[in-house]
Amino acid sequence: MHLILFVVFAGFCLAGAINLLLQSHPINSALSLIVVMTSLAVLYLMLGAEFLAAAQVIVYAGAIMVLFTFVVMLLNAGQEERTRGSRAAHLVGFPAVVAILAVIATVILHAQGLGTASLSGGITTTEELSTILFTKLLLPFEVTSVLILIAILGAVALARHEDGEPREPEERTSGQ
Amino acid sequence: MNLSQEVPLSWFLLLSAALFALGVIGFLIKRNLITVFMSIELMLNGVNLSFVTFAHQWHAVKGQIFVFFVMLVAAAEAAVGLAIIIAVFRARATLAVDRIDLMKL
Repeated sequence: MHLILFVVFAGFCLAGAINLLLQSHPINSALSLIVVMTSLAVLYLMLGAEFLAAAQVIVYAGAIMVLFTFVVMLLNAGQEERTRGSRAAHLVGFPAVVAILAVIATVILHAQGLGTASLSGGITTTEELSTILFTKLLLPFEVTSVLILIAILGAVALARHEDGEPREPEERTSGQ
Repeated sequence: MNLSQEVPLSWFLLLSAALFALGVIGFLIKRNLITVFMSIELMLNGVNLSFVTFAHQWHAVKGQIFVFFVMLVAAAEAAVGLAIIIAVFRARATLAVDRIDLMKL
């Protein structure tokens, strides 16, 4: 049962991630990223992280991806044009990716004492999580709320027009 | 094969490494600004899975709290990043990263 769950949702995860790379239209990439994030939520449940599974669906698959799809539609982003890209990416980037993946895989496969995951295993309840979050880590939590506030202000300031009204092409030439 | 057997945690770690590598490859090959940004989110998710796996392994709550903060920062980052993308699109009328090669507007 656990194995089937893991194989199915890890397969969804990888298929979504590979589909994200293969699709040339941003909206298709965004939708496959939603598949990845939702399957990750199921994997979090298998690892006993119930709060994070809910937060993954709400924050990532919900809020962040709505923002992404909204921007894709707002900017009317069409097909991307495939170009060669930089030579540095080909010469350094891809070998580096393969090297990092090989090193990580070797380390993981040789690691001793890694346990197993099952649905019947220990679950970290939201209560345990919030006890630590609101006692020992209260200051970082509050600082993060200030960070979110600054991010909202920054997003609004960046995304709005400078002069508050849509710019016309002839205005731009006279301003320059 | 016994289908009710438990899943070894190394599989989760391998999946997280694969997701991270796919995110890096997407960052390198994608030519659309928004899709490049999505690849970064994919990398963040890969790392998050790794955190949750180790939190399960050591029965420690702190790993999950780390993921919680990563999610909050990712939300802030997505809001600001997409606002920057909108500003760039307004100035350049393109989303192709090849044509966005100057820092000034």
